[in-house]
Amino acid sequence: MNLASVVKALNLRVACGGEYLERTVKGGYAGDLLSDVLANSGESDLWITRQTHQNIVAVASLKDHAGILLVQGKEPDGDTLEKAVKEGIPILVTDLPTFEIAGRLYGLLRG
Amino acid sequence: MQYENSYPVKGGDFKEAGKVAVLVKMALKKMGVAPEILRRAAIAAYESEVNIISYARMGTIRLQVRDDHIRIDVEDEGPGIEDIELAMRPGYSTATELIRELGFGAGMGLVNIKSCSDEFEITSEVNQGTKLRILFRIPETG
Repeated sequence: MNLASVVKALNLRVACGGEYLERTVKGGYAGDLLSDVLANSGESDLWITRQTHQNIVAVASLKDHAGILLVQGKEPDGDTLEKAVKEGIPILVTDLPTFEIAGRLYGLLRG
Repeated sequence: MQYENSYPVKGGDFKEAGKVAVLVKMALKKMGVAPEILRRAAIAAYESEVNIISYARMGTIRLQVRDDHIRIDVEDEGPGIEDIELAMRPGYSTATELIRELGFGAGMGLVNIKSCSDEFEITSEVNQGTKLRILFRIPETG
């Protein structure tokens, strides 16, 4: 499934990276500890997090994530957005908390 | 295949965290290093970089690529580590609250580096600094 279908099905807002929505989403990973995400997430995962600062962009870029999904309506910081645009990392936003959006994403991809 | 580069890292500069790791990954990708090895090397470079930024005054990450291995040498000027065994324990961290709020300082950095590398050596001197030697073997193709 590609990002565009995930965005539509889960009613996500695209904060940046709208031009990369054809990217395939293979799975998901939820985490706010960068070391954990770095060690345990996979390529083409959609990374669900509540971290909004610019360091999330490098992590997503290093792990070749499909994109970053911010929860609880959190907006990316200004410099996060800037970096994400530069590195080609889509950032999506949902108003739902991690538990709910992770469940819906799982249902969508594996259900 | 022969490549060497050295990247300086400034302590406390969290805004730039990940910059060197991304450069290391790009350099390895350009050289055609297998994605599986490349990803492990990128993780090691990232954790090393974040360690320097979190704890040291300054440091250097040196990348060396040969046909059969990738070597990453990390050297910093900083407080050093008194008890390496303790520092290697998963979850042990001396990170400040500020560092933890950013999602760093989970006590997994050194553990991650060790588990993703093929060889790992750490030496440290209190009030001087810490050195890491990280090696990834490149299997012969064909």
